[in-house]
Amino acid sequence: MERSPRIRVLITKVGLDAHERGAKLVAMALRNAGMEVIYTGLRNTPEMVAQAVLQENVDVVGISSLAGAHVETARMVSEALKKKGVGDVLLIMGGIIPKKDFEPLKKLGVQGIFSVHSTFDEIIDFIRKKVSPVLQVSA
Amino acid sequence: MAMDRAEKKVQTAPEDDYTHTQETVLDSGIRIKKLYTPQDTAHLSYEREIGDPGKFPYVRGIYPDMYWKRPWTRRLYAGFGNATETNQRFRFLLEHGQTGLSVALDLPTQMGLDSDDPLAAADAGRVGVAIDTLKDMEEIFEGIDLGKISTSFTINATAAIILAMYVAVGEKQGVSSEKLRGTVQNDILKEYMARGQYIFPPKPSLKIAGDTNEYCIRHVPRFNSVSVAGSHMHEYGATSVQQVAYTFCDALAYIDEVLRRGYAIDQFAQNISFLFCSRQNMFEDICTYRAARKRWAHIMKDQLQAKDPRSYILKFAAGGGGLWMTKRQPLNNIARATIVALASALGGAQSVLLAAYDEPFAIPTEESARISLNVQNILVHEVGLTDTIDPLGGSYFIESLTDEIDKKIVETMEWVKKNGGIVSLIEKGDIQKQLAQQAMQEEMRIQKGESVLVGVNRFVVDEDKTEEEMTFHEPDPLTRQRQVDRLNQVKRERDPQKVSAGLAELKKAALNGENLLPPLIQAVKAYATLGEMVQILKEIYGTYRAPSGI
Repeated sequence: MERSPRIRVLITKVGLDAHERGAKLVAMALRNAGMEVIYTGLRNTPEMVAQAVLQENVDVVGISSLAGAHVETARMVSEALKKKGVGDVLLIMGGIIPKKDFEPLKKLGVQGIFSVHSTFDEIIDFIRKKVSPVLQVSA
Repeated sequence: MAMDRAEKKVQTAPEDDYTHTQETVLDSGIRIKKLYTPQDTAHLSYEREIGDPGKFPYVRGIYPDMYWKRPWTRRLYAGFGNATETNQRFRFLLEHGQTGLSVALDLPTQMGLDSDDPLAAADAGRVGVAIDTLKDMEEIFEGIDLGKISTSFTINATAAIILAMYVAVGEKQGVSSEKLRGTVQNDILKEYMARGQYIFPPKPSLKIAGDTNEYCIRHVPRFNSVSVAGSHMHEYGATSVQQVAYTFCDALAYIDEVLRRGYAIDQFAQNISFLFCSRQNMFEDICTYRAARKRWAHIMKDQLQAKDPRSYILKFAAGGGGLWMTKRQPLNNIARATIVALASALGGAQSVLLAAYDEPFAIPTEESARISLNVQNILVHEVGLTDTIDPLGGSYFIESLTDEIDKKIVETMEWVKKNGGIVSLIEKGDIQKQLAQQAMQEEMRIQKGESVLVGVNRFVVDEDKTEEEMTFHEPDPLTRQRQVDRLNQVKRERDPQKVSAGLAELKKAALNGENLLPPLIQAVKAYATLGEMVQILKEIYGTYRAPSGI
């Protein structure tokens, strides 16, 4: 039986927002679902995130944002990733994000946006579908 | 016809029914019985265990007259953008019956960064007002007499600097520091446990918090120099009991620091206030507040040997409810806020601040802020809530649960002591891990539908259009630039020599382990920036990176 490689996820908080509950819970839930999860802790710069993405070779970057700076954060992280030449990473965000910001975020390359009511299963399914469609089909 | 309608109302879908199949067990392990009778309170002596309002052990309230004489202070957490906008909002709130101001500071201010710092790029002026220099503080309170209001600052890591600025503004208005009333949160330990806005490692942070407390004892006696907060850890996963027990442990750490400096407990005790928050279980919250008053009175009298009865009383603000507010069907949150306010009032809070119903989307608009205040105004003015003191007192259930919660608080505090004390548990990351695990269990209960959240996992509507119809507070995209411009202007106009001299004095005081407040007040008056002052302290104390806690 072929063992599927584990999906690697970086969960991070960018800037000064310190609402950490959601980030930690999602990190724990993804880990429980068998993914390899790195949680960066608080107050990362976009450059730190991009550096971690390269170093840890992750498939997914999950940014948690609850203090209103999500669009700005997404813009800065996308730019930092581009600068480092990272193109093939799945960028998702969660937290307090009003619907009106969904479009701007998508344009910035954020593929999945999750709210305070999203279930862990929704997030896990989304990641699995996006990151390893082939494995999903063969499973 | 009327009959038909009535019958129709009674018919509900099976899923709407709520039937208990077993007794409810609270997160703290306390079992709620189906029925309480006189037997459940037979072991409690009214004089010894409960007492009249204003009498030891203060279960029924800290003052003899409580709300009968003066209702609780109705606060709203507000402040955004720049000083001028915040000033306008404050004047608006004062005109609309708010009796105390509560200042929300933006994240860079909380973290000791100026608005032009690269790390402040996305956060300046966003969730609160930006304060870079004394100039900003002057403008926030322009036209507002500091001698007549009470102001609460949610500020911790940089509390000493914010207090220094408030004292300086008072001085400029001709109000002496002895007359200033208000609160600085100044509770750094819970930042490591839950809230996350810490700069220095725990031990130097405790020292700086001690400086603020000591300065207030000597010069700002009417200020609550520390508001020990359980609300953040409660929202972060702590049980109701832990919220009180850990908060008391934090408070004792601040007290130790002050007593070590040679002050008597009675000189400091009255400067301490508390902040708790209410969650879903209304009776648990009410009884937690009643039990907290009793336990604190005993700690102060029996353990710390305070002599002045005013030292025995636990003053607290309550409210919050932010985590409970749902994004789906958000107008339901007004009902939730009402329950939070009701629980706070029935629990005897001195002031109440409520999250606004649009909390899951953004910081409050003028309208949502007004509704939040009016929820409280309705309770005070329309429903007779203040007509008698402690209306729930003597209920078999309430008195029994209060007693049980008190015992659990004692147990939990003993557990902390046995495990090396609160600072050590924080440094090891143990508390953080415990809270995260409890938060996870809580979350799973919601996701599995075991805990009902109306509009989220029960009574869900297919498509909730409410969000599209709501208007939100829109941050001004130019806020940061304007704030940076103001900062630059202050920098151009100030006397650089006075600034350097002020910063040099600050450095000297920090190196010598002296109280930082006097040099901070001098530096502030010279218009040294928050970032400049914090940078000096970072070089001496270092910065802290927390264990991830998961």
